[in-house]
Amino acid sequence: MLFNGVLYVVVGGLLLLSFLKDRKKTKKALKKAYKSLLKNLTMMVTMMAFMGVMLTVVDADLISRIFGEQSGITGILLGLGLGSVSFMPSFIAFPLGASLLDHGAGVPQVAGFIASLMGVGVISYGVESQFFGKKAAFLRNALALIASIVFVIVIGGVQ
Amino acid sequence: MEKLKQYKWLIASLLMILVLLVVNPPQGQAAVKFTFNNLKSVSMVLPPIFILIGLMDVWIPKETMVKFMGHKSGILGATIAIFIGAMGAGPLYVAFPVAALLLKKGARLAYVFLVLGAWTSVKLPIFMFEWASFGPTFTMVHVVSSLTVYIAGSFLLEKLLSDETKSMILERVELQ
Repeated sequence: MLFNGVLYVVVGGLLLLSFLKDRKKTKKALKKAYKSLLKNLTMMVTMMAFMGVMLTVVDADLISRIFGEQSGITGILLGLGLGSVSFMPSFIAFPLGASLLDHGAGVPQVAGFIASLMGVGVISYGVESQFFGKKAAFLRNALALIASIVFVIVIGGVQ
Repeated sequence: MEKLKQYKWLIASLLMILVLLVVNPPQGQAAVKFTFNNLKSVSMVLPPIFILIGLMDVWIPKETMVKFMGHKSGILGATIAIFIGAMGAGPLYVAFPVAALLLKKGARLAYVFLVLGAWTSVKLPIFMFEWASFGPTFTMVHVVSSLTVYIAGSFLLEKLLSDETKSMILERVELQ
């Protein structure tokens, strides 16, 4: 992926710059990076495993049946719900959303699905509350859900 | 026992895959494949992100962060927050350690919420991709409506959290 390449070049350059300026500080930075990576690894692997199950059970066929243009509010609510509990990278989610539209899914339904998919993370809630506590994590997710609902309403009106 | 508790969700998720493998072997195998593929792509993104966080941690003085994203930073702080979120690489969970570092260095909580909000809705690296998949109307409405909600919502969330919760959050990120 192009983006990963850019990321590696930028971070590699910064690392080199840091190393040239101050070896001790750079070593400390790498140590910190290593430590927090290890700390987060278990949660990441767990999330990926949940995600693996999710992606298999929630398949495109099932989704297009649920999100038909006639599905109305029910379809929108299901879209928001499915998006909240599922988890997938945007480079999978976008083509999936586009192909759902091609297969006759309604725009507001897909909008709700995509927006909540990106913003609301029921699966990542565990990781999030480890970082910021349960209350802040819950409120952040609630806000993301509200943002998704607003998006659905606006796109429904524009359509 | 402590160790087991730490790994309870990992064990639960692996059990889910195992059950799926027994009940529906093709689906189970697909789940294993997805898991490995995702791990592979994440293991590509995570090391540079964590190194970047480590570098920022040792090089950016707290005073600088307070000046640019602290309580008195005003519109500049909010703009920087949206910019960081928009540049955000990778899925939401990559944003959590970044957000934790910002908080640790003295960024205002509302701006950190704003970073997370922008991270989930205005992603420059994939902006063109969204445009190509859904068209300009969808993409623009998504970005504008989300940002509006997140700008208002971030300050609201900050108000909703008690001082007690806020200091608990700061204690938590200090441990990261």
